[in-house]
Amino acid sequence: MHKKMAFSFPDEVLEHVFSFIQSDKDRNAVSMVCKSWYEIERWCRRKVFVGNCYAVSPRMVIRRFPEFRSIELKGKPHFADFNLVPDGWGGYVFPWIAEMAGAYPWLEEIRLKRMVVTDESLELIAKSFKNFKVLVLSSCEGFSTDGLAAIAASCKNLKELDLRDCEVDDLSAHWLSHFPETYTSLVSLNISCLGSDEASFSALERLVRRCTNLKTLRLNRAVPLDKIANILRHAPQLVEFGTGTYTADVRPDVYSDLAGVLSSCKELKSLSGFWDVIPDYLPAIYPVCSKLTSLNLSYATIQSPDLIKLVSHCPNLQRLLVLDYIEDSGLEVLASSCKDLQELRVFPSDPFGAEPNVSLTEQGLVAVSLGCPKLQSVLYFCRRMSNEALVTIARSRPNFTRFRLCIIEPKTADYLTLEPLDVGFGAIVQYCKDLRRLSLSGLLTDRVFEYIGTYAKKLEMLSVAFAGDSDLGLHHVLSGCESLRKLEIRDCPFGDKALLANAAKLETMRSLWISSCAVSFAACKLLGQKMPRLNVEVIDERGPPDSRPENCPVDKLYIYRSIAGPRFDMPPFVWTMDEDSGLRLS
Amino acid sequence: MEGSVGYDNDLNLRATELRLGLPGTEPVSIVRSNKRSLQQVADDDCGVNGCRSDDQNETAPPPPKAQIVGWPPIRSYRKNNIQTKKNESEGGGIYVKVSMDGAPYLRKIDLKIYSGYPELLQAIENMFKFTIGEYSEREGYKGSDYAPTYEDKDGDWMLVGDVPWEMFITSCKRLRIMKGSEARGLGCGV
Repeated sequence: MHKKMAFSFPDEVLEHVFSFIQSDKDRNAVSMVCKSWYEIERWCRRKVFVGNCYAVSPRMVIRRFPEFRSIELKGKPHFADFNLVPDGWGGYVFPWIAEMAGAYPWLEEIRLKRMVVTDESLELIAKSFKNFKVLVLSSCEGFSTDGLAAIAASCKNLKELDLRDCEVDDLSAHWLSHFPETYTSLVSLNISCLGSDEASFSALERLVRRCTNLKTLRLNRAVPLDKIANILRHAPQLVEFGTGTYTADVRPDVYSDLAGVLSSCKELKSLSGFWDVIPDYLPAIYPVCSKLTSLNLSYATIQSPDLIKLVSHCPNLQRLLVLDYIEDSGLEVLASSCKDLQELRVFPSDPFGAEPNVSLTEQGLVAVSLGCPKLQSVLYFCRRMSNEALVTIARSRPNFTRFRLCIIEPKTADYLTLEPLDVGFGAIVQYCKDLRRLSLSGLLTDRVFEYIGTYAKKLEMLSVAFAGDSDLGLHHVLSGCESLRKLEIRDCPFGDKALLANAAKLETMRSLWISSCAVSFAACKLLGQKMPRLNVEVIDERGPPDSRPENCPVDKLYIYRSIAGPRFDMPPFVWTMDEDSGLRLS
Repeated sequence: MEGSVGYDNDLNLRATELRLGLPGTEPVSIVRSNKRSLQQVADDDCGVNGCRSDDQNETAPPPPKAQIVGWPPIRSYRKNNIQTKKNESEGGGIYVKVSMDGAPYLRKIDLKIYSGYPELLQAIENMFKFTIGEYSEREGYKGSDYAPTYEDKDGDWMLVGDVPWEMFITSCKRLRIMKGSEARGLGCGV
């Protein structure tokens, strides 16, 4: 008798236990324990994450999880950020909104990345979900301020509207006035991507004034410096703030106004914006610097001395985004002042210039790696590197989880020895045992991939460009990297052999992007035929791949696992290779 | 956008050859790699070997680089931000290179943004972290090992400060901070 009781936990109890499990990975693991756990779990999953919107259909998601409140979808491959994915490729969110509008009137949160969002989609969201709270659009495009107006007008419980890095058709700044005067629930607003020259400052000011719970406010470049004080005056509770343009005629009254208002923001932890900075106004933020944990100066075209002064005031900085104007000297100061630094991104101020315009070299990265014990994530653009520096970096900072290095000129060798940088990157993967993300650059042979396949056992995402000698390189990665989920490759001499030999591996990954390499159309067809659970998509703007000989390499190839089968929204320059592809194309 | 195609005096066959090569070293380097010939594909050679084979014309200036699509990997909105900065100043900026004896990097400054010599010299002092001496018409720059010089339209090296400012900014082609005896020699009014 009591044996039976031990096995029949009431569902509600299990549900309650599961409610403490938030991570998708854990939820997925829970659902695989047994059939009854699968059932219980699917009814109580409140947040769904779909890493590739084409891996599954909206209907399948809704069928399995009947009561979710929050969905996160990702669309285009990462290389779309650098214009490698032609317009019209796909990633449309509308079908998802349409299906959910019918099934889920109680949906609260939508988070999208690299998807095409139309005004129609936004209007449908505004109309369908009465308790809608969170809209985060990251690197999305396809909508205008009209769509935003619909959201503003209808979503009475909206807490978060975040349009980070989106491309928005700026028809009118007056969309902000569509928030009713009774609306006060805004907690987070990020409109930094908007352009409009005429911004509705009074509507913005009134909105900020009545939304007393506002914690995050990221303005766009159009908001002038002298307007910031008026806006901030009504929001001393802000935790994250992004300025607009940070330049104006130097006037003492504007300066003191700004400094005064900023110093009354006692909760401020994160600053960003700073377009067109003039150094004279920088000291206005010194009073808040000691509490800052995050600082984004990646648009601030100020020189090293001013950057150094600023950074020296921020001992609690955990995250810094900056242009290479900071130079090696600035990074040395950063290394000695900011011992809590976890993430650093250094962007190039003159990426297309033939000569270096600033004194930023591998030394800066070495200094920060040596000096900042908590540093785990780096994105660094520079023009020279050495194996010696990379080995020093790897040895001193084995806690790196994300290491992205971009040496601006492709195939640049070690500047000291003129050798490839295989050994340097090899050290990175060997010492940094928890490395999850890696981007390579510089002169690299198959050797570096051998190191990666051997050591990078936790690596989930790898970006490769202009590297390697042969298929062996790709084979090392596909056969060795056990945790690999996303692989993106461009302009490498990788071809059919490695791809076909590791076909099964591709089903264990989210996606593979491979462009301007040596994969033939024949291999693509074969892969599509043999692997029904992979969508093998050839992207070629030159015309149908079968109008060229079979052994001709395809321009771009995007392979991803899917249980939804081939998609139906492909533009004319994308072809799916499947079992019937041989028949369909001839 | 074409890179100037080599400085060979021969038939310039390279211009017609389609390869995937290093950008900047081969002017015909490919922006869209789909221009490869079939023969090359069959050879399974992506032109990794085809680089730096033409070192004959070392005196010729390097050909302008062909821009590669999507490289360096920077988001469009960052590129646009840099672009607007450049465009704003391009409308009238007078950019000259500044070199300093002993420094590994050249710098570039816009002469237009300075209103006169004191401001310019202050900026250069800040840039290279040194002090220029005091200027006098008779003795040049005294009190330091450095002297700011410039190359004018005629190719002559002049001491900064001798001519009126307006004349200077229209005739200055590049700046050089001379060090040591060379600097002192110039100040002595040869």
